[in-house]
Amino acid sequence: MGTKDIFAGSVITTKVKEVVAWGRKNSLWPMPYATACCGIEFMGTVSSYFDISRFGAELVRFSPRQADLLIVLGTINYKQAPILKRIYDQMCEPKWVISAGACASSGGFYNNYSVVQGIDEIIPVDVYVPGCPPRPEAILNGILKIQEKIVKEAKGKPDAA
Amino acid sequence: MRSRSIENLPEESSTRRMVLNIGPSHPATHGALRFLVELDGETIAKADAEIGYLHRAFEKHTEHSTWSQVIPYTDRLNYCSSMANNVGYCRAVETLLGIEIPERAQRIRLIVCELSRIMDHLICIGAAAVDLGALSNFWYLFNAREQIYDFTEKLCGARLTTNYTRIGGLMRDVTPDFLDGIRQVLKKLDKALREAGRLLERNRIFMDRTQGIGIISKEEAINWGFTGPCLRASGVPLDLRRAEPYYHYDEFDFEIPIGTRGDTYDRLMVRFEEIRQSAKIVEQALKKIPDGPVMTDDRRVALPPKQQVYGSIEGLMNHFMLMMDGITVPKGEIYSATEAPNGELGFYIVSDGGHHPYRIRVRPPCFLMASAFGKMIEGGMIADAVAVLGSLNLIVGELDR
Amino acid sequence: MPPDPVILEKLKEKFPTEIVSTNDSGEMPVAVIKKAEGHSILSFMKEEPALRFDFLIDLTAIDRQKLGGTPRFEVVYHLYSVTLKHRLRLKIQLPEEDLRLASAVDLWKSANWMERECAEMFGILFEGHPNPKKLLLFEGFEGYPLRKDYPIDRRQKIPVPEEKL
Repeated sequence: MGTKDIFAGSVITTKVKEVVAWGRKNSLWPMPYATACCGIEFMGTVSSYFDISRFGAELVRFSPRQADLLIVLGTINYKQAPILKRIYDQMCEPKWVISAGACASSGGFYNNYSVVQGIDEIIPVDVYVPGCPPRPEAILNGILKIQEKIVKEAKGKPDAA
Repeated sequence: MRSRSIENLPEESSTRRMVLNIGPSHPATHGALRFLVELDGETIAKADAEIGYLHRAFEKHTEHSTWSQVIPYTDRLNYCSSMANNVGYCRAVETLLGIEIPERAQRIRLIVCELSRIMDHLICIGAAAVDLGALSNFWYLFNAREQIYDFTEKLCGARLTTNYTRIGGLMRDVTPDFLDGIRQVLKKLDKALREAGRLLERNRIFMDRTQGIGIISKEEAINWGFTGPCLRASGVPLDLRRAEPYYHYDEFDFEIPIGTRGDTYDRLMVRFEEIRQSAKIVEQALKKIPDGPVMTDDRRVALPPKQQVYGSIEGLMNHFMLMMDGITVPKGEIYSATEAPNGELGFYIVSDGGHHPYRIRVRPPCFLMASAFGKMIEGGMIADAVAVLGSLNLIVGELDR
Repeated sequence: MPPDPVILEKLKEKFPTEIVSTNDSGEMPVAVIKKAEGHSILSFMKEEPALRFDFLIDLTAIDRQKLGGTPRFEVVYHLYSVTLKHRLRLKIQLPEEDLRLASAVDLWKSANWMERECAEMFGILFEGHPNPKKLLLFEGFEGYPLRKDYPIDRRQKIPVPEEKL
């Protein structure tokens, strides 16, 4: 009788990297950087109606040291930009960034002297979520996209998202 | 805590003050507010608030938009209650134009204004309770808010940034299941209020954390320019719905809740009671919604009906001019104020007779509350600062514009 | 609410030489006044028992450059009386050459932040303001964005974060 028969059905073989990715994907700790209207929709996403915990990302942290997913929700202006940069730098690796909403992604319809035209001028972004503000479903979809990306990175296809 | 008496400590350690920076990225500042406090032990000796982390140049943008293009920007002033801002702006422009909107539109505007007041207060109370560590209220209250979201979505296709009013009326009439929808909302709201009310109103911890904290007297509140629930919590029964009624508010039977001490508890409880009163107004308003159009037939602002556009040259030209150039507002200036959820939302508009506003100044209600925040927390404990902040309901979109 | 004619009469009686023009046809009485006695007029508005403007609702400015008017700036005060329930709009004319004006913080504390905002947006100097810092804009911002000659999309350098992490 081989080992295969003894452990039949109760063992899965995989790579360590992929197990780690599986764990990370299902327990993202988001840090909402909520400055404006999109932050209110994130409240909706977290609360019981849409329930972000179905995707394992309900542990909202307000300290960048404890989070691995930065969700930028709202307009970033010139006064805010250095702070966002610093918050991003304070996060530990591995870290991902979602830019939620038109303002964070491109400045939205605020093309003026005060607003940064997209946070990718300051920090790298993994997933852009459209909408002004994005619906909770869209934010959840953004989180799913991050999860896909985590798995693909572990499988060695880093640029596929 | 000034009376700490640890004799063994060296002299300077008991007098050394520490400066603590809170925000702008802090869970209690809800977005973008920063305050610096100078601490003597745990007591705040001096405090100063700093804003501007969400300055989006609303007033500059209005000068570069047509009159109608300003409406979406007003959505994003107080984004917790966009409809009240839409109504405030459109009413100001209509007054400047001398347009009286149809009765039906007035009644629907009144209903959506009261619903947005409910929405705003729900989130204020919920978030203030979260800051004090009471999370479950937030779920209860936010569920009721989701019900109103469903309703606004049916009304105008958006949950938060509604863009529902137009200069001269409304974007479109309500859906046939409008009445039933709101009755459902009110029923669910009542349940949520009872649940959250039971958890908060006589909760020992909540009362200890909020009563006698952040007191502001009647005279001080007026001097600092407070309006809305924060002013009424200090005992001044000033409400523009009563003082300068618009949209037939004077025909409705409702009370203006006022507080006695002007502390954090009063500010939150005034909001609680205002939700109930708003629900009462909505119920009364539902009983008599007048029939008729929801858009004025004044051709300076309203598009002509399709038959006229396709059937007559006047109609076609009228449509073309409104589409290409936008509305023209005669030369003049106006200050028009409505009672928004946070207080007096004023629009001071100057027109040079062109297609763009010459200058629009928004009088944001929570701007002045924020300016008094530093003074309100001085002399209190550091942990109370967060409680006071929650009760002021600073919406940064409107604070910084 | 119809405007109350008493307000403007009282004002004309007390300061006959300081008034440029008045208007009583709008939603509230309007008085345009000269700059020299600005502060004493505001103080009179607050103290006079028949007026009792205890509430400074709003303070802002207008750049009249494209309206073709002189002087270029006007500082606009919206006053309200909680006890008597009337309103007033008071405009103080301000020529471009001399943008100094006495602060009203000693009368109404609500003037504090509104004057700071007005100062950074229009470059008006409020003399005697307790804390004349920038409010909405970042330190180092050059120019006055709400003036008509400031282009809406003229951007300035993003401030660099401090070194310490």
